[in-house]
Amino acid sequence: MSAGVVQSEEYRNNQKRKDGFISIFIGIFAFVWIFPILWTVFTSLRPYNDVISYGIFSWPRHINFNNYVNAVKEMHIGIYLTNSLIVTVPSVILTLFFGSLIAFVVTRYQFKFNLWLLLLFTAGNMLPIVLTYIPVFWMFLWVGDQLGNRNLLYNNYAGLILVHVGFQVGFATFVLSSYMKTIPKEISESAKIDGANVFRHYWNVILPLLRPALAALSVLMSTWIYNEFFWALVLMSDDSKRPITSALRRLQGQYVTDFNLLAAGAIIAASPTVILFFVLRKQFIAGLTLGSTKG
Amino acid sequence: MKTTVTIPKNRNRRSLSKTDRFTLTAFVGIPSLLQIILLWIPAVVTVILSFTYWNGINIKDIHWAGIQNYKNIFVNNPIFYQALKNNGIWLAFFLLVATPLGVLLAYQIDRGIKGHAFFESIYYLPVVLSLAVIGIIWNFMFQPGGFVQGIMGRDLAHALSIWGNPSINTWVILGVASWRHIGYIMLLYLSGLKSVDPALKEAAAIDGATEWEIFRKIILPTMQPVNIIILVITLIESLRAFDLVYIIYGSPTVFPLLNLLVFQNFAGQGISMKGAAYAVILLLLCIIPIITYLRVVFKEDLK
Repeated sequence: MSAGVVQSEEYRNNQKRKDGFISIFIGIFAFVWIFPILWTVFTSLRPYNDVISYGIFSWPRHINFNNYVNAVKEMHIGIYLTNSLIVTVPSVILTLFFGSLIAFVVTRYQFKFNLWLLLLFTAGNMLPIVLTYIPVFWMFLWVGDQLGNRNLLYNNYAGLILVHVGFQVGFATFVLSSYMKTIPKEISESAKIDGANVFRHYWNVILPLLRPALAALSVLMSTWIYNEFFWALVLMSDDSKRPITSALRRLQGQYVTDFNLLAAGAIIAASPTVILFFVLRKQFIAGLTLGSTKG
Repeated sequence: MKTTVTIPKNRNRRSLSKTDRFTLTAFVGIPSLLQIILLWIPAVVTVILSFTYWNGINIKDIHWAGIQNYKNIFVNNPIFYQALKNNGIWLAFFLLVATPLGVLLAYQIDRGIKGHAFFESIYYLPVVLSLAVIGIIWNFMFQPGGFVQGIMGRDLAHALSIWGNPSINTWVILGVASWRHIGYIMLLYLSGLKSVDPALKEAAAIDGATEWEIFRKIILPTMQPVNIIILVITLIESLRAFDLVYIIYGSPTVFPLLNLLVFQNFAGQGISMKGAAYAVILLLLCIIPIITYLRVVFKEDLK
């Protein structure tokens, strides 16, 4: 017994020494890891002329936010950020709403098609997205023409939102249904006995219980949709309607010589997701965990 | 026997009123319709289009091509094989280097070293950035007048072309892609590792097991579902790779990848259904990992 305790203590001391050693390594590596981001922040705070006259490694003569002010003024970053917001917020809400509906039906009712439904949705999330591009593009134009406005879905926020919902709802369904399996069935039984109809059962009983999973997913989905690049590029022909991530590419071409201004633009574009991540880190990780290990 | 099977079914049906049935139909129907119209029908249409000639302008101009698009891809089309090779290198690098590094990082951070939450955040930070931003950030590092050129003592007039140099650009691109991938794998693995009982590790260590033996014989088997999910994510990410290279080059000529070829033929200027055929090839390559994933996550339900 006492030998075991001594061994155990020895093991722990040994581990502590190793931990110290490893944390130094992980620390150094971590600095290397964020260095490119820090360098971009540093670049964004210096005027272009400073770099040209004194070189990139020179001690900065001026540190200010002029590049940020100019990025907003010249690059119209504000418009693109607003576009991102217009697209991201409804996409996330609709995705979670639809996902929770399917998850609710699949886990609370015994239909034969339940498993097929789950498979259909989950697999949909994993398709290579370009596969659907041409048909979706034509469908959007066709629907627009039928309703008398070609730009109803194509080159419009509504179309982009629909496409995002179509792609992300699979992941939301998968995560929410595995989360819902952990909610005791008795809760649903008593709701049914109390005479709640299906809608009340969903809205008043299940939805409040889903809140932690919905919170976690909404953070994760916001980042994914905000960062999405392909659809915004091909479905928005007017540059002024593009969300910030796809607008950045054009800005990169246009301001290729003024690194410092571009750096400020990139930092502004990155900040919403970075802030979201740091503020809601727990939700973020919970969202990924729910998705990867399943209950 | 017969009655015991039918009773629960009847109860399920009887307890549903007309309104309830209507609500349930709407609950299932609306999202499913959206999913089918926006995803599955277009996917099938693309498969059909891959057997046609069409310039993507007027629907009347579509006509049957048989397997000609596929022939054009497989025969006398070196860029396709270059793309396959690059996707293969990407996959091999992710499987052999990036994913194991992510797992190693997770394993070390999981020891509960000081400030592990802080390190976790730093390593994960690149994952929340969009690839457009990542492209810009790394461009600052490598472009003429950028950080790396500065370190190498090259001024603007004597700058090296890092993105354009075929002997190094592959490794630079893979390095940048890994920068993001490693953090993602780390976080996924870390969440699984938290459920491994530390007493198991301690007992094995006291019995004289080395760190590597503990990892191989205790951690890996316990983490089985997560291992497969990480493997599938690595496969799919490598096959679908697109954004980063598109942002750096804008076309598939310097560093061809399957997804870039789809984009160029399907969504770029001069649309041809060769792009649809490329997309179908990409889909076929993705099918095995997708099925593996579904089988792992729905193991119990499928029984």
